[in-house]
Amino acid sequence: MIKKFLYLEWKAFTRSASFGANLAIKILVGFIALYFTLVFLILGIGTFYILKKLHLDPIVTVNKYLIYYFLLDLIIRLLLQKIPVMNIRPLLIFPIKKQTIVHFSLGKTVLSFFNFVHAFFFLPFSIVMIYEGYDVLSVLLWHTAMVSLIYFNNFVNIILGNKDNLFAVFLGITAVFGGLQFYGFFNITDYTAPFFDALFNTYWAFAIPVLLLIGLYYVTFYYFKSNLYLDAGLSSKHDIAKTEDLTWLNQFGTIGTFLKNDIKLIKRNKRSKTTVGMSVMFLFYGLLFFTNGIEAYNNPVMHIFAGIFVSGGFLITFGQFVPSWDSAYYQLMMTQNIPYKGYLSSKWWLMVIATIVSTILASFYLYFGWQIYMTIVVGAIYNIGVNSHLVLLGGAYTKTPINLDSGKGAFGDKKAFNVKTMLVSIPQMALPVLLYWGGSSLANANVGLALVASAGILGFAFKDKAFSLIEKIYKTEKYATIASYKQKS
Amino acid sequence: MIQVNNLSKSYNGTTVLKIDNLEIPKGQSFGLVGNNGAGKTTFFSLILDLIQPSTGHINNNDVQVNTSENWKPFTASFLDESFLIGYLTPEEYFYFIGDLRGQNKADIDALLTKHEEFFNGEILKNKKYLRDLSKGNQKKVGIIATLIGNPEVVILDEPFANLDPTTVNRLKKIIKELAENPDVTILVSSHDLLHTVEVCDRIVALNKGEVVKDIQTSNETLQELETFFAV
Repeated sequence: MIKKFLYLEWKAFTRSASFGANLAIKILVGFIALYFTLVFLILGIGTFYILKKLHLDPIVTVNKYLIYYFLLDLIIRLLLQKIPVMNIRPLLIFPIKKQTIVHFSLGKTVLSFFNFVHAFFFLPFSIVMIYEGYDVLSVLLWHTAMVSLIYFNNFVNIILGNKDNLFAVFLGITAVFGGLQFYGFFNITDYTAPFFDALFNTYWAFAIPVLLLIGLYYVTFYYFKSNLYLDAGLSSKHDIAKTEDLTWLNQFGTIGTFLKNDIKLIKRNKRSKTTVGMSVMFLFYGLLFFTNGIEAYNNPVMHIFAGIFVSGGFLITFGQFVPSWDSAYYQLMMTQNIPYKGYLSSKWWLMVIATIVSTILASFYLYFGWQIYMTIVVGAIYNIGVNSHLVLLGGAYTKTPINLDSGKGAFGDKKAFNVKTMLVSIPQMALPVLLYWGGSSLANANVGLALVASAGILGFAFKDKAFSLIEKIYKTEKYATIASYKQKS
Repeated sequence: MIQVNNLSKSYNGTTVLKIDNLEIPKGQSFGLVGNNGAGKTTFFSLILDLIQPSTGHINNNDVQVNTSENWKPFTASFLDESFLIGYLTPEEYFYFIGDLRGQNKADIDALLTKHEEFFNGEILKNKKYLRDLSKGNQKKVGIIATLIGNPEVVILDEPFANLDPTTVNRLKKIIKELAENPDVTILVSSHDLLHTVEVCDRIVALNKGEVVKDIQTSNETLQELETFFAV
């Protein structure tokens, strides 16, 4: 039976969307994985010698901070580690014992990357300790305890399930303990370090985490087994719906109708919410440039680059996927009496409003002086005048259906990458940088800013012209778009 | 109302639909039957300009559908769940379609009240988004939404599938009522011969993309069709 399961897993792995990505992406992912492996390896080997150099006892120091290590591990797991429940569904009706299904699903999590990544730290650290003459048995017992605790976290994450915001609670707790310790009010490690020390110093304490792990495995096992029903452990969450009228938007006519819909789209779907969250992060991107944090970034030409990003976070992250946001019901849109212009205008207004709001929120950059904030305002003008049209134009060629229910993919969809969209996006960044560079090297920085701003205003003046052009492209791409949105990813 | 001229659709050299000539007059209730892959949905998608014909064209009220969009104001359709907006509540969806079809809130409310029985208390004010409704209930929403704004052409693909027996009977009543209006042309496709015969004046059977039967409904129609599809 297990052999059959493994066969299914292998198929799921080799046919998954990410595996089907093109070679360049695979190589990139490979490099990233290699990088992290190396970092952990160096950390594992290096920790011992670095601590030694600082005249600290390596094992005592590590034991002291292990509590934070495991807390952070749990937080990361809660945030990122997926629990494999959904693919159990089709197995329920086959003549397979429930026990086997649950054991297998839980067993599968043992092989997760989230567990193995720790081996790169603990394994070299333990080997170095043995090499340096520590008691072999003590090291081995301590190591066993660490592995048990890592898997303890693994099952804690599973039993806590997909509850939202739980990671935030743990993050809060960790931050509070960290803060109290930093300012010297209360030191939690005084209470936890003896436990971790005992794991090393005694021959019996290691049994505590091992027994805990075994106990937790059985709790998880029975919990899952008793909840192996479609309406219990395997159910999907339903939100309680509330009808919203948003009647104040009626005064805007057709555009209002679409705006109403877009606002609900953003509010009620996981993917779009992730996108909004990302665009808030873009607001702070400028700090990298203006604070001297990275020296190479702190020059005027890079500043205008930052100005575009700070005000245009939403425009970039949301706009690049118009009209894919409506991919799930694109056929409906195409059979209704919808003027493309109204549809596009609504998306345009949404981006413009978001850009203006971002610019106002970005006023904290005034702290760095008027010149910096002016750069951001000019970036906003260019975003509204030129980039808003460019992302809509690029969107006409983006034919990736969006799964609104999944937050995944918000960090850049591999398949959305195509040459035409890329060509359209070059002037989004390159043109203002070029204009500014030209203006500031011929005259001064203000002329550079004025040039960028006037490009924005010029783009704004030709809005109708740009819209008819975009409309035409949307129409010619209509059938290809419908066909590709029908393919479920 | 709908004229089909030399229409064909092929994918990679395989012809999936070929209709040389077909005319659906105004006010007719037109039933399309056939097995899986007969080309029913392809035909409806061509009428709605969702796919491009390989040859020929379709006119809807003298508007050639693949060159002009002027057929949209008087044509309403529901092919499948991809015509629903999952993150809206049923009410919001109806109002949205209403806005697009130039209807105000009161018009929609009147229509919804009229079809309260059809919804069977499971649709309205139920605190659920469309994506969380069952398949059958989603279908009910899609079907009623096609009635918004008094369309002259109503296209329903497999409307009887996934519905419970009571709702099927209620739907038949709604379609028959629509069919009585001489201004409304209805196109319905189905696998179920009995239902189709009951609600349609004329039945066309498709097989492998070609029209194999074209009959005005009479007492013998069902018998004839059943013989035709018999194994």
